[in-house]
Amino acid sequence: MTTTHKLDITQEHCPMTFVKTRLALEKMNKGEILEVTLTEGEALKSIPISVEELGYKILQIKHIEKNIHKIYIQK
Amino acid sequence: MEETNKIAALSNNIKKLSLVLFSGDFDKAIAAFTLASGAAAVGYEVNLFFTFWGLNIVKEKKGRRFLGKGILTKIFGFLMGGFKNLPLSKMNFGGFSKTAMNYLMKKENVATLPELIDAAIALKANFYACEMSMIILGLKKEDFIAPIKEVLSVASFLDYSKNGQTLFI
Repeated sequence: MTTTHKLDITQEHCPMTFVKTRLALEKMNKGEILEVTLTEGEALKSIPISVEELGYKILQIKHIEKNIHKIYIQK
Repeated sequence: MEETNKIAALSNNIKKLSLVLFSGDFDKAIAAFTLASGAAAVGYEVNLFFTFWGLNIVKEKKGRRFLGKGILTKIFGFLMGGFKNLPLSKMNFGGFSKTAMNYLMKKENVATLPELIDAAIALKANFYACEMSMIILGLKKEDFIAPIKEVLSVASFLDYSKNGQTLFI
């Protein structure tokens, strides 16, 4: 899996977690992959759902360390 | 009957959020733009309808200006002020609490009002101004920021917000 774009939202809160993820996805080309780094909590639960509703594909959700996770989204 | 159910189901699936921003209070504007930018980010069509005090949020001139034609509208324009003069709805204390709240928001890295407005614009939320309150206050379309794309009547707003959810703030 080749990640073409990276986004760190570990320091962000609602609604900027969604806003930044969406804006990053909008700038990408179809087929490209976005790696989103985030902490445990609301965003980790709801970003995969809302992203899939927008028609993007969740490839993987990975637990990295402590409360850090990575979501891989394909446009 | 089946057809009616289908139509009802279809309209429930329409992702559209329309907000009437009547209040020009700083904290209520934060609530409105949090909803607006969040909804736009997750794929909602978002309509923002600014009326009366809410127009102060989107004035081009951020400070106090004598906008309008006659003496009364000019005084009103000055007293209402612009973006910089939005008060807190409670415990404003002459603007002190707003400064304190802005400080806390930055400290906790929560999006500030300008950031939320920019996010709503970037995610293509629709900004509209109310025709009637603009007439009362003597304001023109040029007195507002560029994202205000249309001046609307109630009829048009109802049409734009049809089949979605509407909130009055």
